[in-house]
Amino acid sequence: MTYLTPVPISHDALLAEVSSTACGGTCLFLGTVRDGPDEHGVTAIEYSAFEEMVEAEFARLLADAAGRWPQARIAVRHRLGTIPSGEASIAIAVAAPHRAEAFEACRFVIEEVKRRIPIWKKELRVDGSATWVDPSGRPTSSPPVPLSATRRGGTHD
Amino acid sequence: MTVTGTGTATIRVRLFARYAELVGRTEAAVSVALPATVGDVVRRLRDEVPQARALPERPLAAVNLRQVKLDARVQDGDEVALLPPIAGG
Repeated sequence: MTYLTPVPISHDALLAEVSSTACGGTCLFLGTVRDGPDEHGVTAIEYSAFEEMVEAEFARLLADAAGRWPQARIAVRHRLGTIPSGEASIAIAVAAPHRAEAFEACRFVIEEVKRRIPIWKKELRVDGSATWVDPSGRPTSSPPVPLSATRRGGTHD
Repeated sequence: MTVTGTGTATIRVRLFARYAELVGRTEAAVSVALPATVGDVVRRLRDEVPQARALPERPLAAVNLRQVKLDARVQDGDEVALLPPIAGG
């Protein structure tokens, strides 16, 4: 199983993976590259990863989710490489017998991704600058930080 | 060979993303006297590779693909990864 892809994510394929007549509720979460008022012209984000650990940690994360929601069917993909604003970097599909489990499991997976999965992103801006994103809010010092470095940035929150 | 008590361990250190840019390389090998911790590996790296002093003294770390605390023990042949703040999703 690979949870990483270099190409655009097909959420139809993910939904097909989790589809089951035993499931009455399905959640699809898409995290997309954002260029809002606080992003100062983000044209794309370059994603990189410790790929071997990502695969191992995703397997552990989904095992944890299966322990909590044993009837949920979960599929996830994270895209790597340069992703233009507006396109999805991650997709999570969860189908479960009832909607509450589907919502809860989907929320669990994205929150754990942000805590556990070793993936990093560098914002690329229209002015040609590039900044590593540090969700902890600590400023990054390299490469040059021309605009704002002390915020959460770049994708969905 | 696995050494659990005394002796010297050779540890492969891997660097990613911003840390790889700061140090100018993606991996290094360091030797530490056993018993040793991940924190000892970080200190040895900072001693032996001048550019590694730009790394935080207490980075997030993983041993053999699992996140660990800096007081986790290392053994000969282990792979230690120093992870910048995780920003996936």
